[in-house]
Amino acid sequence: MASSTFIHSAPQTGVRGFLRRIKLGEHFSLLITFAATVTILIIVGLLIYELASNSGEAFHKFGWKFITTSDWDPNNDVFGALPFIYGTCVTSFLALLIAVPTGVGAALFLSELAPPVISNALTFLIELLAAVPSVIYGLLGIFVLVPFIQDHLYPVLKQFSFLPLFQGQFYGVSFLSAGIVLSVMVVPFIISVSREVLLAVSTDQREAALALGATKWETTIQIVMPNASTGILGSIFLGLARALGETMAVTMVIGNTPKISASLFSPGYSIASVIANEFGEASPGLHLSSLILLGLVLFGLTIVINAIARVFIMATAQKGA
Amino acid sequence: MKIGFTVGGLQRCSVSIAAAAVLCVSAHAQILINGAGATFPAPIYTKWFSEFRSVDSSANINYQAVGSGSGINQVTNGTVDFGATDGPMTDKQIADAKIKVLHFPTVLGAVVPTYNIPGVTGEIKFTPEALAGIYLGKITKWDDPAIASVNKDLKLPSENITTVHRADGSGTTYVWTDYLSAVSPEWKAGPGTGTSVKWPNGLASKGNDGVTGLVKNQKFSIGYVELVYAAKNKLPYGRVKNSAGNFVLADLHSVTEAAAGAAKSMPADFRVSIVNAPGKGAYPISTFTWLLIPETISDAQKKQVLVGFLKWALTKGQDYVEALDYARLPKEVIAKEMKEISLIK
Repeated sequence: MASSTFIHSAPQTGVRGFLRRIKLGEHFSLLITFAATVTILIIVGLLIYELASNSGEAFHKFGWKFITTSDWDPNNDVFGALPFIYGTCVTSFLALLIAVPTGVGAALFLSELAPPVISNALTFLIELLAAVPSVIYGLLGIFVLVPFIQDHLYPVLKQFSFLPLFQGQFYGVSFLSAGIVLSVMVVPFIISVSREVLLAVSTDQREAALALGATKWETTIQIVMPNASTGILGSIFLGLARALGETMAVTMVIGNTPKISASLFSPGYSIASVIANEFGEASPGLHLSSLILLGLVLFGLTIVINAIARVFIMATAQKGA
Repeated sequence: MKIGFTVGGLQRCSVSIAAAAVLCVSAHAQILINGAGATFPAPIYTKWFSEFRSVDSSANINYQAVGSGSGINQVTNGTVDFGATDGPMTDKQIADAKIKVLHFPTVLGAVVPTYNIPGVTGEIKFTPEALAGIYLGKITKWDDPAIASVNKDLKLPSENITTVHRADGSGTTYVWTDYLSAVSPEWKAGPGTGTSVKWPNGLASKGNDGVTGLVKNQKFSIGYVELVYAAKNKLPYGRVKNSAGNFVLADLHSVTEAAAGAAKSMPADFRVSIVNAPGKGAYPISTFTWLLIPETISDAQKKQVLVGFLKWALTKGQDYVEALDYARLPKEVIAKEMKEISLIK
């Protein structure tokens, strides 16, 4: 306050030119940052425009039936996206189901409980995991995970075959395998971001709680977690975004069969996978147009899920307050 | 244009100093020609384009293996100078095309059924009815009479068959489904012929390697891969009954024989399927792969290089194909193509 008063009340001194330059700098930096923001808007706008304009043929023909029917037959020009939407949602949900408890638990340990040396070393390793290319995860999925699930996990889960989730023949490639591979890919994001957020909670708060006689664990759960909850939710949705759009690793272990089945043992298909698989050879016309429309659907799906996430965060934030 | 030549020259300088010195000094104008299309013939095309440099040092032909569909798209829209495809263009594609193109068969390929049945090491014999039945989901067990009756020497288990197909759109799928359509009216009326179709059942994976991986992982499964790939990786593959009633194993000779059998009834534009071709020793799941050359090439230099290349590929070039596991074109087809080359304006 004081400094700004000084600047405004002393315009006539010898430093006038200097001040003007600062002011110019202000405008200049404003211009640059504004241009950067506009660039992002333009890219998003162009993306939507391109997707929408190139998928017009398919949307015109199928309309909303595109996302409610499940026939995908390139030879007879019939396209319905439901099995792909279903596959994308199921595998992403399964991934989060496994990754959220693991990721948040690990982040709590690393930020609150582990000695700093161990915490730093482990964090470095976890961040390395986030940098592994997805095709590597896919290969690990095929050669290590799928045989492991087939030999060890499947016999256990088969005992629960009274649930529709665990019924039918198991080929190894399935919703289950894709979900597990995705969870491994998503966990490093959740750990890494959650840990940063937890560390950002001010030390004063912790010390105050400890001074009032709270144990370390009580402090963590009752003081640190609520303060970091918004950031942790953010990390989860970052992970979800990766799971929704993941292509290579999923296509290698999901079985690529456009089928809707309640059983996690069943092979399936996801939106990103079908686009990657069929785009190169798609004949111009309805097939190509439908694949681009699928891209738009994935875009829409991401926006819807993000919107739900925002509402969810706002609701919990109000409850917390 | 000039910048293109200079950059090309620089690249070559960095590759081999000695060769570059000669090239740069001779200052030959480089003619850059771009092509795109099928992945299946990419290895032989790459070999051809580099060998052809020693015939015509001005030819700088660049090929992107982006898939048959993209190849057709790009050449008919004029974004590349030539295209390549594993399945001939459909009548509708020709009608929609902005640029009229000619089809030139270059080499031959074949698709083979590969399988994983623990305990069975011999070659399984497949009738067309058995293959169509398996992929339609009508034949579900390996000891089904349709398979077992022609494989009396093998002990086939009473296990469920898992079928595996390509997840990505591909020329391999085109040939496979083209064959199934040719031998089974039910397949023709159902899934039909195409680079990707609606499969009645089974699992899918990307590429020949993906299909092979799934077949290896799944006991009692069957899949289909290119002959080149199966031969290189020593996969087990079966004999298929041809139209003359013989069970034929796919090899370079039986594939060329299929093309020779089809040559007699070859249409003028070479858009022909050679699945289930006549001929005693013809392998029934064979195919041509085509180069797509625009009928009118306005750039005289490009035209000269492309025509020169075509003539060379169909004669001298054929000597390189068998080393890369492709079958060579029969003489009858080459003679017909030589006439077609003169149509390029």
